[in-house]
Amino acid sequence: MTIGLSHYLTVAAILFTIGMFGIFLNRKNVIVILMSIELMLLAVNVNLVAFSAFLHDLVGQVFALLVLTVAAGEAAIGLAILVTYFRNRGSIAVEDINLMKG
Amino acid sequence: MAAAFFFYLFSALATASAVMVISSRNPVHSVLFLILCFFNAAGLFILLGAEFLAMILVVVYVGAVAVLFLFVVMMLDVDFTELRQGMLNYMPVGGTIGLIVLLELALVAGSWIIDPGSLKSAASPMPTDVTNTEALGRILYTDYIYYFQAAGLVLLVAMIGAIVLTLRHKQGIKRQVIADQVARGPATAIEIRKVKPGQGI
Repeated sequence: MTIGLSHYLTVAAILFTIGMFGIFLNRKNVIVILMSIELMLLAVNVNLVAFSAFLHDLVGQVFALLVLTVAAGEAAIGLAILVTYFRNRGSIAVEDINLMKG
Repeated sequence: MAAAFFFYLFSALATASAVMVISSRNPVHSVLFLILCFFNAAGLFILLGAEFLAMILVVVYVGAVAVLFLFVVMMLDVDFTELRQGMLNYMPVGGTIGLIVLLELALVAGSWIIDPGSLKSAASPMPTDVTNTEALGRILYTDYIYYFQAAGLVLLVAMIGAIVLTLRHKQGIKRQVIADQVARGPATAIEIRKVKPGQGI
């Protein structure tokens, strides 16, 4: 049997759903939430590359490169915010973050 | 046949390790499973013929992002068992929403048919005579140079942001100021006093 576009889209859908479920499951742990976001962005990348391969169009891979860059920047900024927050409060509990509201 | 076998191998391993990422007790294990998941996704990319992106995925994610995660997890002294309290409370809501999204996505993905006419209207068709990396490089630096520059700008802003967020100057710490040291001369550094014999200063 041949592996078609639908197979890759299904894998990406499963990965995306796991990432979303992870955000619900680990609502208190910011580090795992950030990892879940990385998983979701990976699923998006799989989608883009699969469409690029099956439509014989390279633009999808160019865009996947951009998504990869944004994901790396997002991880760096998120972890920097996390370190600053831990320094100020001594914990990384997400529920307390709304204390910062003006 | 081999392609199908490797597709199922990579996708099963990626899915299983993704489940372990979100359900693992120890965040260090989560990061390691995330690395495994990215490796398998890189394998899927290779199956799709996108070698350059597969290698970039390994270099960027496993080499930089995952190590950053590991670094932060180990640097912060957090009681992770406390953070897992009430995890089961969110299970029903998250499970319901996840199931609905998965069903919708599967319905869309499962019945996808590509119109053969749309293959002709590709913005930059994949060349057959050069490798993936060369083809990507040819269009990335010419047709899509602005996207490339925008990606660089995103990285620059992220770098500046991370430095601004984490850099701090503690008050009350003696620091070495090179300019002050260099500007010091005999006039300010040395004081000559006459000491009378038998007396202190």
